[in-house]
Amino acid sequence: MTELAQDKMAVLHEFIAEAAAKEYAESYLIAVLHKAQELFGYLPRQVMDEVAEALQIPTAHIWGVATFYHYFNLEPIGKHVISVCMGTACYVKGATKILDVLKKELGVQIGQTTEDRLFTLQEARCLGACGIAPVIMIDDKIYGELDAKKTVEVINQIRKAEGDGQK
Amino acid sequence: MKETKYKLTLCDGTACIQNQSKVLHQALEAELDKHGLRQSVSIHLSGCLGICQKGPVLIVNPGYIMYGRVQVEDIPEIVESHLVRNKAVTRLIITEDHLYNRFFRIFGDVDFFGKQMRICLRNCGVIDPENIDDYLSLRGYEALAKALESMTPEEVIAEVKKSGLRGRGGAGFPTGLKWEFTAKQTADDKYVICNADEGDPGAFMDRSAIEGDPHTVLEGMIIAGYAIGAKKGIIYIRAEYPLAIERLEKAIAAAREHGILGANVLGSDFSFDIEIRLGAGAFVCGEETALIHSIEGHRGMPRPRPPYPSVKGLFGKPTLINNVETWASIPVILLDGGKWFSTVGTETSKGTKVFALAGKVHNTGLVEVPMGTTLREIIYDIGGGIPNGKTFKAVQTGGPSGGCLPAKYLDTQIDYESLAKAGSIMGSGGMIVIDEDSCMVGLAKFFIEFTQDESCGKCTPCREGTKRMYEILTRITEGKGQPGDIEKLERLGEMIKRSSLCGLGQSAPNPVLSTIKNFREEYEEHIHSKKCRAGQCAAMLSYTVNVKCVGCGACKRICPVGAVEGTRKEKHLILQDKCIRCGQCYEVCKFDAITKA
Ligand SMILES: Cc1cc2nc3c(=O)[nH]c(=O)nc-3n(C[C@H](O)[C@H](O)[C@H](O)COP(=O)(O)O)c2cc1C
Ligand code: SF4
Ligand code: SF4
Ligand code: SF4
Ligand code: FES
Ligand code: FES
Repeated sequence: MTELAQDKMAVLHEFIAEAAAKEYAESYLIAVLHKAQELFGYLPRQVMDEVAEALQIPTAHIWGVATFYHYFNLEPIGKHVISVCMGTACYVKGATKILDVLKKELGVQIGQTTEDRLFTLQEARCLGACGIAPVIMIDDKIYGELDAKKTVEVINQIRKAEGDGQK
Repeated sequence: MKETKYKLTLCDGTACIQNQSKVLHQALEAELDKHGLRQSVSIHLSGCLGICQKGPVLIVNPGYIMYGRVQVEDIPEIVESHLVRNKAVTRLIITEDHLYNRFFRIFGDVDFFGKQMRICLRNCGVIDPENIDDYLSLRGYEALAKALESMTPEEVIAEVKKSGLRGRGGAGFPTGLKWEFTAKQTADDKYVICNADEGDPGAFMDRSAIEGDPHTVLEGMIIAGYAIGAKKGIIYIRAEYPLAIERLEKAIAAAREHGILGANVLGSDFSFDIEIRLGAGAFVCGEETALIHSIEGHRGMPRPRPPYPSVKGLFGKPTLINNVETWASIPVILLDGGKWFSTVGTETSKGTKVFALAGKVHNTGLVEVPMGTTLREIIYDIGGGIPNGKTFKAVQTGGPSGGCLPAKYLDTQIDYESLAKAGSIMGSGGMIVIDEDSCMVGLAKFFIEFTQDESCGKCTPCREGTKRMYEILTRITEGKGQPGDIEKLERLGEMIKRSSLCGLGQSAPNPVLSTIKNFREEYEEHIHSKKCRAGQCAAMLSYTVNVKCVGCGACKRICPVGAVEGTRKEKHLILQDKCIRCGQCYEVCKFDAITKA
């Protein structure tokens, strides 16, 4: 483990210790997984093993829980997460086309990360912005009233910003 | 509230944030400083006001002047003209909107104008959700004080029963009865749970209700804790709602500081505290027994009922679960009386219901209407009808558990029984309007794809049956449908409904069955004529350039995937293997030179 990862692990251990002191400690497993994902961006195998050890819960059970819930990433994610809203309102306003163009543009399927590790493509349900459907969310920012062309422009803007940053 | 001359309400909902409401907020503060107005003008942040298309939205009170599409550059003018010289900036005022400005114009007055009536959302857009004093000033926690001081737990339950309130999470179970069942159990511990998992993929009522007024939900839960004899409350909320979570955390902390949560609530001998637990993106966890498993730290799998949670719930203890909107109605019922509440609505359904109106309507956003309002009133009067001169095709309510109603049902009243009779359900409040451009087979497939993806896999009919239905629908939309497919879907659907363990499976076939019932001809066209009348099923659709092409190049420029080839002034060509059938070239061509077939 790198030093940074060890620091994060220490934070996680602290969180686990707090949970363990509470009534029905096992029930905080999902909260612990949330914390781990917040720290590491996804749920690395090694971290899961440590959680199992610390909470005295079999690893198999933890994996069972982690795989059940869509929110948890079991693979590392890209620098930017693109969530395409596939909620009903967005669907009715053409979200499928937005998803198609993103798949084509990025060359990945849902849940995958681009080779340059810049983007992870995900599906989301209603993002609460149906009024400006179809929408996508990139990291914390919402882009609405999209069409295929605008979507590609947004991606290219981010690519450009990233490229400039590296120079 | 502080003595102020003007109160500004700035919408801080998702759509407005994306439209720069944060920047506006800073600009406003800077401009107020400049004019030395910081003491006499207060700025409040509100949750979504329900008119996102016109965002960012800024309301100035008194006067209830509503500005829309406000830009940073407009701020100096608004401050200088309106706040200094008391002359509203007319060019920015929203007037044509039906959705919001027909009801309460008086700050804080719970009354209704027009077709809306706000009970659950009474404070949304009115108070600053992060400031408990705002809530207190609008009779916040007064219902709780009243219950603790002057009512026995039995009297509280009697009042809720009298109101006729029914659960807003979907099933519509009478709330008072549920409270009574849970109260009657004897146990050392009992729990109160707020279900804020909001699973319907096309709705955001609960989120906005919490973001706009988190204290109301807390107040409802504390009152229930007193009524049923519980000391502990849990809010189970989706992790995807960070703002709502943050506001709940702040509200809980503020309530503890004010002695409203914790030991000896408001000085009484009743103690109660609330904890937040996060969901993790599983639709089935909205189902109450799955939700309980999830809080316990397990996979969110439903279990058979009985025993109901009121008898054996969280950690095996009697548990009362209600939806966000149900909770938000409670303080009003205690303050204004169950009898008053029961005067609103229809014979069987009392009070109001919040809908997330979206899709092909002019005004999208949250609307709260008295039960008994018709679909037509919501879609045409409040929603302003269908945009772009298109025709109405259907309205979908109840999300993945609900159904699609065609035009002949537009005069159906909103209540649990009438909607069920028409072939849909009330559901939790998603309402999506569909016009001629949407394919009903595609929509059915959209919902079944969702439910089969979300099926927990515990029972075979739901797990395998929805997969079969999805396969059949996929082949129909790909132009490979076979005679007999419609009947197969119907048989499968009935079987899944009958034999699934929980509500997810029992209702999953509804969107398919209701579209077959009301739009059978569209299914038949897909199967027999390989035709999609909405022009949506990509496999039955192709774009080609015809002889009218003058080679202007517009299509080439707009194509997002580079599927158009051609040199200027010559006929262009669409490469079919690259084309994703987005239709943008078709829309941009001014010469009618692209054929959609
Ligand atoms: C698959 C499924 C999903 C559900 N999702 C929700 C939900 O997101 N929110 C909710 O309040 N109730 C949901 N329910 C209903 C709950 O099981 C439960 O009836 C409700 O929370 C009770 O509260 P109420 O009586 O106030 O409606 C769902 C039910 C099923 C079967
Ligand atoms: S009906 Fe579906 S979601 Fe419900 S328990 Fe069975 S498999 Fe799970
Ligand atoms: S936009 Fe129309 S006219 Fe212009 S090149 Fe394309 S097909 Fe031809
Ligand atoms: S339909 Fe879309 S993808 Fe196909 S050629 Fe036209 S613009 Fe390009
Ligand atoms: S359905 Fe996409 S934001 Fe609501
Ligand atoms: S987010 Fe501002 S009106 Fe909806």
